[in-house]
This record gives sequence, structure tokens and C-alpha cells, in this order.
Amino acid sequence: MLILGIETATLQVGCALAGHEGVRASFHVAHGRRHVETLVPAVEFLCRQAQVEIDEIGAVAVDIGPGLFTGLRVGVAAAKALAQARRVPAVGVSSLDLLAFPVRHTNRLIVCAIDARRSEIYYAFYRHVPGGVQRLSPYRVGSPEELVSELVARGEDCLFVGDGALRYPQILADTQGAEYGGPSTAHPSATALVELAHPLALREEFVQPWELQPLYLRKSDAEINWERRTPDWAAAG
Amino acid sequence: MVSAVVPPVGDPQRILGIETSCDETAAAVVAGGASVLSSVISSQVDLHARFGGVVPEIASRAHVELLTPAVAQALVEAGLEGEDINAVAATVGPGLASALLVGVSVAKSLSLVWKVPFVGVNHMEGHLYACFLHEPDLELPLVALLVSGGHTLLVHMEDHGRYQVLGTTIDDAVGEAFDKVARFLGLGYPGGPAIDRLATTGNPDAVEFPRAMEREGYDFSFSGLKTAVTRYAQANPDVPVADLAASFQQAAVEVLVTKARRAVAETGARSLCLGGGVGANTLLRLRVAEVCEEDGVAAVIPPPSLCTDNAAMVAAAAWWRLRADGPTPLGAGVEPNLRL
Ligand SMILES: [Zn+2]
Repeated sequence: MLILGIETATLQVGCALAGHEGVRASFHVAHGRRHVETLVPAVEFLCRQAQVEIDEIGAVAVDIGPGLFTGLRVGVAAAKALAQARRVPAVGVSSLDLLAFPVRHTNRLIVCAIDARRSEIYYAFYRHVPGGVQRLSPYRVGSPEELVSELVARGEDCLFVGDGALRYPQILADTQGAEYGGPSTAHPSATALVELAHPLALREEFVQPWELQPLYLRKSDAEINWERRTPDWAAAG
Repeated sequence: MVSAVVPPVGDPQRILGIETSCDETAAAVVAGGASVLSSVISSQVDLHARFGGVVPEIASRAHVELLTPAVAQALVEAGLEGEDINAVAATVGPGLASALLVGVSVAKSLSLVWKVPFVGVNHMEGHLYACFLHEPDLELPLVALLVSGGHTLLVHMEDHGRYQVLGTTIDDAVGEAFDKVARFLGLGYPGGPAIDRLATTGNPDAVEFPRAMEREGYDFSFSGLKTAVTRYAQANPDVPVADLAASFQQAAVEVLVTKARRAVAETGARSLCLGGGVGANTLLRLRVAEVCEEDGVAAVIPPPSLCTDNAAMVAAAAWWRLRADGPTPLGAGVEPNLRL
């Protein structure tokens, strides 16, 4: 079965195709917030260069986040539409899981951290297990300080991946025995996405297109403010 | 001048339209630019009501959840399969950027799978074409009054694709003024229908509110009217709320109608068209019909379901756009500040 992967959870746009023989084609561009401009032409280009008809795609995988809200929405909306129009199932994978997968062979604790803006990061911890990685913590959003204190409590050598450690370098400085995976591990990749999603799809561990939802981990500002205060509409008028 | 332009009879081109510029998630199928085969609208009003206005982040999240089911339903109601669609259109602006992105992403993806053109549509052009859905034999040139929570536009349309914006608001959109006054009077959100309802029981002549710039040019101003209502209400707490609502509504509607009527006379237009969410207002509809009757021009007043945001208007506008300009490149983005 051919699977199309879509990855738009960060400033990068990526897509990839994989079949039984492995990854057949991939495309990535990191050029700011141009998800809606880039994504569909990229998928079209990918299919053409790989000599794959869009009608041959048997499942659509997508990075559901956490990450950049607007990017996630472009990717998840496209995945829903592609899967629904093709009448094929979908697979949603977290951006943090995607960051961990390419560095699965390390013996260190894998710390995946994505810039969440507003002085916060999305993060989760992973460990190598035969054939992949296992997630050890829930997906969280928090301050760099919160992450550091969790890591200090664990006291393990760790490997950082994702743009969170680039955005907040003091995390690395404050965590003993920390190493950074390098710029090539800064963004989730569509290649990792189709590699991870292909076996899931074969085991029929997929969802229907309408069940795909972005993993925001954060409410909208309006909801947060609503919970903080009692509004006075008369004064606001 | 230009005679009525009617889509050729029997044109089978079926366009799927998508609208996500604000707080309505909509999908529709229109054949030949004129015949509505289906029109699905998933309103998010309940999601925004407690915040007293549209929250962009909440709207965008809801679009992601609601849009593809709306597309599926639009196809079912039209009795069509995706493969029967000849083009996919979506609103690219003006509107909330993060909300527009969802509709455009879905539309491009569908056009890729179905191997049909993608068409980016101007939301305000959509409101104009809602008038053609209602009245296919509409006579040009026309003047359109497009009024909503986000826009207050007076447009002169000479021919398809040829528009001139005569006037716009210099401060609040008229729908915004309805919402703010309703909120101040404790009538809840959305304010337009609440004021419309309450005004039927009030005296519109109870208070003489200012009619800003009524005799000058084609631009509008509603901020002063809103302030006048709140000041008057504070100074006169005993005046019934229904009287305030009715008097405010009358002042706002009279300014709109006076300017639209003058625009029709000065441009020599044959029709006056109403569009946008405020076009659902009972008094505005009544007054537009009355002045057109007096002046001997055609009043084009689509049903409220075609005035408020919908996707049939997007598909109708796309039909004309596609003929004039061809498909929109798949690499196009959204344009939150797009002008007509
Ligand atoms: Zn509108």
C-alpha cells in the first residue's frame, strides 16, 4: 500500500510517499509561514516525480502536532480532504513522536521539545525499545524551567531534538549531561512520518478522515481569559 | 447599457464552493453559476456567543472539524460524487487569516484529487453573486449595498468583473454597531437578530439619534451612533430598551438606505441589491423594497439565507471568475485584506 505523509507542524512544510519497499520520495522546505501556498503544489510535485498517480494512494498520514496552530490546521485540513476525497483511511502521528523516531538508536533519554512561543515549549520524553521508541511522559506544554526541573529530577544523560532547544539554549546549559541532536533533527520529518505510519496502516491502526484532529495542548486566549476573569460587557462597550 | 447576462442554458459545470472566512463553515454545489444543488452551513454562533463576538482561534478550530463533513453533506444533498464536480472554489479573502487557510487548504486538496481547477474567490464578490442566484435576470448596471459585521460597502457594478467601490465605513461596520449596541443593552450575541426582534415592539421615533454623514458622500460612520445610544441610555435609564433598539435601528437603516438610493440615482443603475448578514434585517429589507418601488428600479433582496455567509455565493462567483480569468494557481495564498 502507498501512503502519503503530510507534515506542517512547524515552520517547515514536508511531504513523503512510502510503499512496502520503504520511502519512495520526500520533499521538505523550511521557508517561514507558507504552508497553504506550498503544501498542495508539493504533494503534486512529489507524486509526479515519483511517478505515482494520486489515485494510487491508499492512506494519508499527517503530523497532528503539537506545533504551530496555523500550520497544523493547513496540514490536518488537507489530510482530511485528501483522505475523504480518495475514500481512504488516515493516520495521525504526533510531532514529538516524529522527532524521536530518527534518533531511536541512542541509549540516552530522548527529549523532544518544540517551540510553543510565549516562552513555552511542547515536550515529551522517549526511550529506545526494539524497533522504535517508547514514550515515557504525556505530551506537555510548559516553560523551559519546568522541563529542566523534570530532567534534573530524572538525572539521566539525554539527547535533545526539535527546535525547542535551539530557541531556548539555556535548557541545554542548565541540564547536566545534555546533548543536542543538531540542526537536522530540529523539525519533524515527513520521511519519519511515513516510515512510522506505514506499519500502522498495514495493521489497520488508522482513523477515519473526520476523526483526525490537531493536538493543540493549549486553549485559545479567549477561553483562557474567560476562565480568568468575569467579563464586564457594559464597561467594554 | 448592458443587458442582463444569464449563464448559458444547460451549462452543466458543477462547482463546489467553500466558505470559511469568518464564523460560518459552509459548502455548496452550484450548477452553471445559477442553480443551487445544495448549500450546507454549519453555524458556529453558539461557540462564540459567550465571548460576545467571533474569536478567530475558536473559529479556525471549528472550521477544521466541521468543513470536510459539510463538503460530504453538500455532495450527498446534491446527489453527486466527488468525481462529478468540475471545479472547487474557496474564499481567499477578505476575512480572518487563520480561518481562510482551512477552506483554501481543503479546496486545493480536493481539486488535486478530483483533477479539476481550483478557484480563489473574493468574499465580497460572493455576496454580490448571491444576488444573481436570487435573480438570474438581474439588470446591470447595479448598485449593491453589502452590509455585515465586517463590512459596509456600497458598490457600483457595471458588468461582470467590473466594480467600483463607491463608499465604505470610516470606523465600525454596521453589523459591528448592531452587536455593540445589543451588548450594551444586554441583548446578547449576535446583536443583529436580537435588535431586529426587540425593535418590532419598540417605538422607532422615541429617540432622534444622529444620522452621521447622511447627506455627504458615500462613506459611512457608525461609531458616533453607537456612542449616542449608550450615552442616551445612561442618561435616561427609564426609556424602554425596545424603544432604544427601534430608534437605533431606524437611524442606522435610514443612513444605509439614503446613501444607497442616492448612489442608484447618480450612477443610473437599474437595480439595487442587498447582501451581507445585515441584509437579513427586517426593516432594511422593507425600506430597500419601498424606495426601489418609489424610484422605479428593481429591488434585489435575496432571502436571509443567501444574505448571510454561505458557500453557494462562493460557487456562483467562481463560475464567473473561472470564465474570466481561468483557474487560480495551487500555489496561491490567502488574502485577509483583499479588496473588491
Ligand atoms: Zn460576509
